[in-house]
Amino acid sequence: MSEKKEYKVIGTRPIRHDGVDKVTGRAIYGADFQITGLLHGRVLRSPHAHARIVSIDTSRAEAHPGVKGVVTAQDLPEAEDKIADLGEGAVSLKYLCDNILASDKALYKGHAIAAVAATDPHIAEEACELIDVEYEVLPPVLEVRAAMEPDAPIIHENIRTSSLGETGDKPSNVASHIQFKKGDIEKGFDEADIVIEREFVTGTVHQGYIEPHNATALYNPDGQLTVWCSTQGAFTVREQLAEILQYPISKIKVVPLEIGGGFGGKINVYIKPVAALLAKKTGKPVKVLMNRADVFEGTGPTPASYITVKMGATKDGKITAAQTSMAFEAGAYPGSPVGAGAMCIFAPYNTENVLIDGYDVVVNKPKTAPYRAPGATNAAFGSETVIDELAEELNIDPLEIRLMNGAKEGDHRADGPVFPRIGFIETVEAAKSHPHYTAPNGKKHHGRGVASGFWFNIGLESSVTINVNPDGTVNLVEGSTDIGGTRASIAMQAAEVLGIPAESVNPTVVDTNSIGYTAVTGGSRTTYATGYAAYEAAQDVVRQMIERAAKLWDVDEANVQFTDGEFSSINGKEEQISFRDLSARLGETGGPVVGRATMNPAGAGGAFATHVVDVAVDEETGKVEILRYTATQDAGKAIHPSYVEGQIQGGVVQGIGWALNEEYIYNDEGEMTNASFLDYRMPTCLDLPMIDAVIVEVPNPGHPYGVRGVGEVPIVPPPAAIANAIYDAVGIRMTELPMSPDRLLKAMGKI
Amino acid sequence: MPVVAIPALMRNLTDGEDSVTIPGATIREVIDNLETRYPGTKAKLCDGDRIHPSIGVYINGVVTRVGMHARVDADAELHFLPAIGGGVVSD
Amino acid sequence: MARKSHVQTTINGEAVEFLCEPRQSLLEVLRDELHLTGAKEGCNNGNCGACSVILDGRLVNSCLVLGVETDGKSVETIEGLADPDKLHPIQDAFLENAALQCGICTPGFIISAKALLDQNPNPTEHEVRYWLAGNLCRCTGYDKIVRAVLDAAAAT
Ligand code: FES
Ligand code: FES
Repeated sequence: MSEKKEYKVIGTRPIRHDGVDKVTGRAIYGADFQITGLLHGRVLRSPHAHARIVSIDTSRAEAHPGVKGVVTAQDLPEAEDKIADLGEGAVSLKYLCDNILASDKALYKGHAIAAVAATDPHIAEEACELIDVEYEVLPPVLEVRAAMEPDAPIIHENIRTSSLGETGDKPSNVASHIQFKKGDIEKGFDEADIVIEREFVTGTVHQGYIEPHNATALYNPDGQLTVWCSTQGAFTVREQLAEILQYPISKIKVVPLEIGGGFGGKINVYIKPVAALLAKKTGKPVKVLMNRADVFEGTGPTPASYITVKMGATKDGKITAAQTSMAFEAGAYPGSPVGAGAMCIFAPYNTENVLIDGYDVVVNKPKTAPYRAPGATNAAFGSETVIDELAEELNIDPLEIRLMNGAKEGDHRADGPVFPRIGFIETVEAAKSHPHYTAPNGKKHHGRGVASGFWFNIGLESSVTINVNPDGTVNLVEGSTDIGGTRASIAMQAAEVLGIPAESVNPTVVDTNSIGYTAVTGGSRTTYATGYAAYEAAQDVVRQMIERAAKLWDVDEANVQFTDGEFSSINGKEEQISFRDLSARLGETGGPVVGRATMNPAGAGGAFATHVVDVAVDEETGKVEILRYTATQDAGKAIHPSYVEGQIQGGVVQGIGWALNEEYIYNDEGEMTNASFLDYRMPTCLDLPMIDAVIVEVPNPGHPYGVRGVGEVPIVPPPAAIANAIYDAVGIRMTELPMSPDRLLKAMGKI
Repeated sequence: MPVVAIPALMRNLTDGEDSVTIPGATIREVIDNLETRYPGTKAKLCDGDRIHPSIGVYINGVVTRVGMHARVDADAELHFLPAIGGGVVSD
Repeated sequence: MARKSHVQTTINGEAVEFLCEPRQSLLEVLRDELHLTGAKEGCNNGNCGACSVILDGRLVNSCLVLGVETDGKSVETIEGLADPDKLHPIQDAFLENAALQCGICTPGFIISAKALLDQNPNPTEHEVRYWLAGNLCRCTGYDKIVRAVLDAAAAT
């Protein structure tokens, strides 16, 4: 693969295939689904953050007119003491089930306790209030440092701290400890001329997708269960349902409808098994919808964290040692992304001596879920702020210090593995040469900051089939739900191979009965891995079409070649036929052509980003305004540049929200006091300038077109970049997220 | 011979060594040979006869998808790290 | 259950009658009774704009309007915007600018943008941002949405 390859389709900006449906309101999202005889389900949630469930009496609810069925944890199959392998790592089945409907204890406010199906959603809501639950309220543990105290109330009696197979001997809220060690950390600090050590605290934040969770379930009398829903991965929903309901995969069909955002939050199931239980109990299709408060309180946000970072550098800017201890709130059950955070935190820098400790800690908050580059944003807030301080102390330009220490191909990541071809340095150079970086910015209380970020990206399984139509178009069948234009980016890769326009590929996302296994739309994997599968399926089509052309011309297949959408014979006969014309002749040459491919590619290639931001700090109110934002990112090869820019801009803005406003605010009882969009303040368009997305292309050797995933890394740098800009503006180092007006005023000594 | 980076929390089993050379043409052979030299290591990396689902095996910086069956070159570099799934991480 | 009221209204230019309970919002009526699911529920309390419709020429959050309140009024929803063979210029601009990712906020933004351009055909970037501040989008960072609305204004 050469770096300057000419493409016909790749790199262009066609209208997305599902576009008209989505601008006319015709696209069917999960909550839009209708079916005859539908009942409506609602979930009763715990008002307490930590409580033993003494009894649940559903009789009054059951007697309420219009109610058709009530379920509790009693209706779930007994969860053996078993580890469920969801193809996404190991999960305790007991925890998985308890998070769907609490059995013995409610572990967070909003924890699902029971659910009702009724003829109308209002009746279901009324009936929820008629369920009598007796609780024995327990003291909640609400913050990671408090949870780690030796005398903290214990949330799970059976959790002992595990460190790679070793388990502690007494109950603890620290579910696990991980460690990465490279070189000799003491020696590294000895070699440093300057050492900086800081503490950071970040709040709990939510993915904030606009579409609440939804599910409609139906059991047929033959035991066939169908679930219509919006999800990042129909197959992972099928797996989770099979485990939670202890039901055969072959009897479950999951139909993914359009999805209104996920960002990691629509991988785990919440109400899908509940809808299934209600459908089973009532014999009717049941639709369960969450409201916005349910989404905040009853689904997985991303963890709050407490992070210490200590870094040392020589006078000339070489980072000699990097150390961190990161404690992440897992929420009610173990499994925060602290591992990923730990592997990302120093990844952009080639540092000889590294020590990283990570702790996964349970607290009485919702079980956390992935959110765009899970763990990496928390981590980078710490490391990228400390690097800024090192640069400042050493009087080195902050981008320069990143160039001096930046990781390149062949360097070892802090956690060990060697980097393949990566584009970190290129993103820093792009930021440095961008006019933004040198534009004057001298006004009082205006400041400029930079930060970088890393995210792994992943591969995983994808399946694609391609059916050739007689008019030279193709129907592409895939299992990756389309959250941000991936029908287009996948179809374009097939179109490029087949030498046809993007519009001649009709992509369809299908249910779990209709395509090979396909992992979630997440991990920045879809354009990479499903796109790779589309590429291979298209190659399969080309191989078969070559056979057909050979048959038509009565030549040897080896004498047929395919370039630019044309088949031609070489060696002797002068024959030529376009893809389109040959498509019309499949009937006479052997029947339909179906290409197929399944992939599990290993070379996802890492993604790096470097951001530059200008802010204005209002000294009176503590409000931070974003004046200008430039984000450079290595996309490998941008298939559809508009949607790559869109991913970058969207990630940046989520990062801005995380930096400046967003957090779960809890009272002492562990109740979230801002569970609405009004009070959980996500950025609106009035809060923002245009976001300049600069695509850098360092092709990924692990993909035929050089694609790297782009979705996640743009959320990583913003909090640190903004903190660094605030420092530049007012000379104060903010170490707590969000950097909301009240925190800023406090830090500036105004209140 | 393949070089195996020993996870920090397993170095108590390898006399503090952070990296050891272990013969083997597949991950399975390497892990079995590692176990022979440093008893107790296999139990940390494997769940029965497969790689523990919460662990990702990196061969020369790339995560393998075939676990114990993966082939390793003579000069391969192996790392055992927390598995990263579709945005789902466990450790 | 309260008695249902008989409501006569106009939706996208067509006379429509429906029965609804006093507690049902216009959004519920549109989605559950009339199966016009283009208006989306993101919050059900007026904070996201996903349910935007135009009621007698005025932009409203349909989750904050009762179904019965629309008696004798006229409602425009996303479903009524395009001609059978041609999209509305705002819809075209959203497609051309890649101004949607997941698309759940899109009907609400397009309706809001229409209400804006109906009364101010040549808004500045700031006016667009000010007007659209009642619509949340979590995917796009708004950049391409604002550009699409400015483009649509220029095109009409
Ligand atoms: S659903 Fe009406 S404003 Fe959010
Ligand atoms: S495109 Fe997803 S919320 Fe706007």
